[in-house]
Amino acid sequence: MASIRLEHLTKRFGNVVAVDDLNLEIADGEFVALLGPSGCGKTTTLLMIAGIYEPTEGKIYFDDVCVNDVAPKDRYVGLVFQSYALYPHMSVFDNIAFPLRLNKTPRAEIERRVREVAKLAQIENLLDRRPAQLSGGQQQRVALCRALVKEPEVLLLDEPLSNLDARLRIETRAEIKRLQKELGITTILVTHDQIEALSMADRVAVMHQGVLQQYTTPEELYNRPANLFVASFIGDPPMNLFEVRYRRGGELELPGGRALRLPEPLARRLEARRLEEGATLTLGLRPEDVELSETETPEGFPAEVYLAETLGGDLLVHFRLGDGGDGPRLRALTDPERRVTMGQRLWLVPDPNKLHLFGPDGRSLLAEAEEEAPVPHPQRA
Amino acid sequence: MRASSSNSTPNPNPTPVGAAAVEAPPRRRKRKREYAHLTRFARTKARLYAALPYVLLAIVSLPIVVMYSWLLMNSFSKKTLFGFIPQELTLNNWRFLWEPLRIGTSVHPSIWTVTGNTLLFAGGVTVLIVLISTLAGFALSRFDFRGRQSIMQLTILLHAFPGVTLMIAIFFVLLYLMKFTGLPFLNSLWGVVLVKAALEIPWSAWIIKGFFDAIPWEVEWSAYVDGCNRFQAWYKVILPQIRPGIAAIAIFSFLAGWGEFIFLYTFIFSEAFYTLSLYLNSIIGEFQVVEYGVVAAVALFYMIPVIVFFIFTQKGLMQVTVGGLKGGR
Repeated sequence: MASIRLEHLTKRFGNVVAVDDLNLEIADGEFVALLGPSGCGKTTTLLMIAGIYEPTEGKIYFDDVCVNDVAPKDRYVGLVFQSYALYPHMSVFDNIAFPLRLNKTPRAEIERRVREVAKLAQIENLLDRRPAQLSGGQQQRVALCRALVKEPEVLLLDEPLSNLDARLRIETRAEIKRLQKELGITTILVTHDQIEALSMADRVAVMHQGVLQQYTTPEELYNRPANLFVASFIGDPPMNLFEVRYRRGGELELPGGRALRLPEPLARRLEARRLEEGATLTLGLRPEDVELSETETPEGFPAEVYLAETLGGDLLVHFRLGDGGDGPRLRALTDPERRVTMGQRLWLVPDPNKLHLFGPDGRSLLAEAEEEAPVPHPQRA
Repeated sequence: MRASSSNSTPNPNPTPVGAAAVEAPPRRRKRKREYAHLTRFARTKARLYAALPYVLLAIVSLPIVVMYSWLLMNSFSKKTLFGFIPQELTLNNWRFLWEPLRIGTSVHPSIWTVTGNTLLFAGGVTVLIVLISTLAGFALSRFDFRGRQSIMQLTILLHAFPGVTLMIAIFFVLLYLMKFTGLPFLNSLWGVVLVKAALEIPWSAWIIKGFFDAIPWEVEWSAYVDGCNRFQAWYKVILPQIRPGIAAIAIFSFLAGWGEFIFLYTFIFSEAFYTLSLYLNSIIGEFQVVEYGVVAAVALFYMIPVIVFFIFTQKGLMQVTVGGLKGGR
């Protein structure tokens, strides 16, 4: 097993900067997800770690040894692609045995290890088949076995679940996580699916246009997004974001003129930043952190129901903010038992402890104050 | 439609008031007849259309059938009527199979040596072309190097350029090579193998490049991560997946080598290195006497390996037209 460190890692393809000055530390045995929209440089990063792409600048360390000039075959990484990339001309057994045959493992040991790993992935009965005769889920397991059989230092997963159907994806997600904890292999998962990243990884690195946005635990990522991009990217349904004006004394002026009183600690923190009176900030409010009230309350502000969608366990209500219902749109999650009619006037009461505030530069005004605090490190299983 | 449906309901009042109801049945019968007529017409038309391609193709292929039957009949008979109705059956025209052929004053070399030479030539061309094109195609498909694009374009241009125009230049190249190395580049099968392969390789490399292009990068990357170096990835992972492509260029190269005449004719002077095409030529070009029966028999003999080869490889060829790769991933 190995720890990984990326230092100032940069990859350019011609004029396109795919990965821009990426710094990342991954502890031994940790499960890290690289999360971001397509084209954000996450797969490029993974391929650089595997040794397939050469970094334009920067260094990659495995256990404090620079591996920039080490060939992929000598890096002891296991790699699973979205397309699985099985060898179609070989049987499942030969696919899994391929890395072992290449490093001249004795025949009996190959047999033993292939069967062992196949048993782990529950594909022992498929060993004689060709990849074309397998379902997507089975192919995915074979690819995972092929990556695991050589007992790699690092396991790299490039969107391994994207080609599976929804139900199988949830099952496999749990299985991979369990397997990773059992074997304790340092694992990097590349995904554009936030649920996948948040549910599987110990820490998540959010990337956007080649730049690392935030690198922290799933809980932190959800509760304290570092900037507007992370705030809008993480969460489903997404966070409500709208512009507010700062009023000295711990108040925010909402669109429509109503004022939102900030809780004391938050107000003090903003005061310390010496923001200008009337500065434009962005207020973030998760749909689940909004209470609905049918009567006017001092903390609430009026809104008109625009649309209600039933999501099964929840009811997602779209609002238009303001007295006449002409302000920005806003979403709130509520109890599906609740009766909501279109055009109805309700009061929205945000949870004052779950407000997110972003400055004009898009950075969080809350997270930075805690910057000095050490990043909570995940426990190894 | 409305009228016919109202007519089909039983009329409770069968008086002349329902004039439409009285008129209706004949109209319906008429329509039925009409349909029957139309159906007959459509069937005849369909039959005609189905037969048409056969008739057309039969007419077009008649000359070819005549040609081959001429060959077959002539090779087994002393005399023929109208060219292809045999008069006297004989095996005499096939005597070259068991004895050196004598026509007039000249003695021709044994057919078996000649066949061996032809096999050697076609096989040599095939091996060389397959080996070099699979390497070149891989490089063109996967490597990013300066001038890659121009090489691809030049390849097409060069292939449009008739190789025969290079005849004299090639002669000099072979001559100088022979002078400098002391190896027999002229008047040897291997010299012509080099020439033929060199002229065929650009095209084969171009074809096989398409097959390499169809292999996803991920598969190759997996091979590297699994412990392959570049050569192993090419040999163990990628080549087995483009077998249909290799089969295709192998077949075409073999047939090109088997049918080669002009370069062999120009660069080979001694009968010891004759191939079947040269052998056939020497029989046709015999002074004053031309035994058409023998020419036909040799020509047939020349075709047999090609037909056998085709029967064994047609499956591979068919796969190519289907579109390269089979099997999923």
